[in-house]
Amino acid sequence: MFGYFVKRTLQAVFTAFFVVTLSFVLVRLMPGNPADQLRGQLIRNNPDLSQEEINRRVANYINIDYSQPLHEQYFAYVSGILRGDLGHSVSQNAPVSEILGQALPWTVFAFSVAILLMFVLGISLGAVMAYNEGSRFDVSTTGLGIVLNSTPNYVTALLFLYVFGFTLGWFPTSGHISSSIVPIVDPFRPVATAQFVASAVYHASLLVATVVITGFGGVALAMRGNSIQVLGEDYLRVARLRGLSDTRIALRYVARNAVLPMYTGLLLAFGAIIGGSAILEQVFTYPGLGYYIVAAVEARDYPLMMGGFVLITLGVVVGAFIADLTYGLVDPRVSTGGDAS
Amino acid sequence: MSQGNQSETQPVGSGGFGTVADSSLSRGERYRRVLDLWLVAPLRVVWNDVRARIGAALVVGFLVMGVVGPALVAEPRVGQAPLLVGPFEGGLVGGSWYEVTSTSLFGVSVPWVAVHWPLGTDNVGRGILEQVVHATPRMLTMITTAGLFVTVLGTSVGALAGYTGGRLDQLLSTLIDIVMTLPGLPLLLILVALLEPKSPVVLGIVLSLQGWAGMARAIRSQVLTIRSTSYVEASQAMGLSTPTIVAKEIVPNIMPFVMINMVNAMRQVIFASVGLYFLGLLPFSEVVNWGVMLQLAYSNGGLLTVDAAHWLLVPMVAIILLSMALILFAQGMDRVFNPRVRARHAETTEGSGDEPTDTSARTASLGGEL
Repeated sequence: MFGYFVKRTLQAVFTAFFVVTLSFVLVRLMPGNPADQLRGQLIRNNPDLSQEEINRRVANYINIDYSQPLHEQYFAYVSGILRGDLGHSVSQNAPVSEILGQALPWTVFAFSVAILLMFVLGISLGAVMAYNEGSRFDVSTTGLGIVLNSTPNYVTALLFLYVFGFTLGWFPTSGHISSSIVPIVDPFRPVATAQFVASAVYHASLLVATVVITGFGGVALAMRGNSIQVLGEDYLRVARLRGLSDTRIALRYVARNAVLPMYTGLLLAFGAIIGGSAILEQVFTYPGLGYYIVAAVEARDYPLMMGGFVLITLGVVVGAFIADLTYGLVDPRVSTGGDAS
Repeated sequence: MSQGNQSETQPVGSGGFGTVADSSLSRGERYRRVLDLWLVAPLRVVWNDVRARIGAALVVGFLVMGVVGPALVAEPRVGQAPLLVGPFEGGLVGGSWYEVTSTSLFGVSVPWVAVHWPLGTDNVGRGILEQVVHATPRMLTMITTAGLFVTVLGTSVGALAGYTGGRLDQLLSTLIDIVMTLPGLPLLLILVALLEPKSPVVLGIVLSLQGWAGMARAIRSQVLTIRSTSYVEASQAMGLSTPTIVAKEIVPNIMPFVMINMVNAMRQVIFASVGLYFLGLLPFSEVVNWGVMLQLAYSNGGLLTVDAAHWLLVPMVAIILLSMALILFAQGMDRVFNPRVRARHAETTEGSGDEPTDTSARTASLGGEL
């Protein structure tokens, strides 16, 4: 167990290190040299700045001072990120960490609700499908699952936006909360807090619905496969022979053993979906992490781009790390670690 | 598979072993067997499964559309038609989108139906059908490149890691884990901004740079289980070289996994490319991808007016159908490669018995793609 812990920790640290290095390499390889571009911009806007002052500002913006030797640039970049300094966004004219820090909670909020719903719906549907394997319900739901899974989520998003946003006007088509609401979470002002939460949920609802609709089919099919496999195991026959109740068998034996393999899937899906959030947030004009990354790429705002990339990747690495470590707690069979595959 | 060759590899003539040659097959018979094994039996398997039948039909349809389509359908040009014509203008009966005329075929006048912009046109007068059809070859090139790239890299890395084991395996597994952990879309956004790929081949490779890792991991674990089976050990004892064992004994066993993963990689590339074109982050000068159509339709108010809705819907339908075709086709191929199913079907056309039908679970991803 200890060896497993050490191995996973080392791997997570190594991955994080790899990602930071990769982002450094990418920013250095960027076409049109971001530093020169910035320098030109600064000189145009403030003609009377001294050369040193401009160099200092450029270094401050992209976290890399191009006049230093390469290893020093790299060291400064990494230590900057470790301190939480991701540079200064050119297009938004604010520190990158501040912009992303404000965007992050919205992305996490909307997508955790969505993923949770997706898994709850998918797992229950998959269990029912497996129980009625081969029935007309099973066949039609499997077909539906395949169709929904073949649809990219931004296509569903566009359709929802068109139907429920623009045509029927039931749901807002942009933003996190309506402009008349004060963002406040205060136990002493329950009405205002409830209004804020309700507005946030209302604005995220189309996005959540999109993720759930395009995702639950895949979860249901995976759960169905796992359950069918469990249903064929000997210990279930033994449990039936022992005269255990159906409910107990369904919950303790089938559900538990079928859901376990999907636990890591949950955390990995979280990372993957947040990573893929850019297009959805763009469609719904929902200013979260992905929205700012796309905006940064469009404006060639290298500091913001790299900051978003590093932040999302570190989030995914941490998620995978937690999944790996806690999986042993949830499923005693893998506590010895090693390669379960 | 080996039964077919057994009789021909027997030493001919010399001594008492010569009698074996009596049972050898004639050349024609051998060809027929090979044909049966590689063509007739798979087709039978595909034909017996509804999902596989639909998938194969759709895949063939898209291939025809990509290969023959551009020759039959006029190239989309700005101003070739009135602006924002609706689909099937005038209705299905007596509409103005088709015209009953006559054409001369070998000098004989025959009745003919001329079709004008059946799926409508966009805001600069380009036919929607024309755009969809003319974007198809590039999309097919892109996904084929991606599929091949991912398959070759994923299979070789995975098989190498699983087969050799030890330190190399550890190194490769760490690499695979790292590549898998990288969040796909943000990395793609940056790579695309860096490389600005225009050619469909380059685009296919860039967008699938990450896809090989998942495949390599699946292949590795499959190879790990196969490596310890008796027939691989027997090959080792016979002194066959490692590449031969991998190519002859291991790869055929992992074909179902390879197919499913390849198809998944292709779907991811479709989704990613359409998504990036839709966001307007990939460079384009003409309609080269269905994502470009989505982008143009969306930015020209496809969501706001009914006039432009068809412009948005047609590429969506194309994307969904192609993706579905690939999934269903992979499921059909899984049955073709699955030795148990195959043996049964090769014997008789009947009896699609009780083999596990949970292949869909493996095909379905957790919705993590774009």
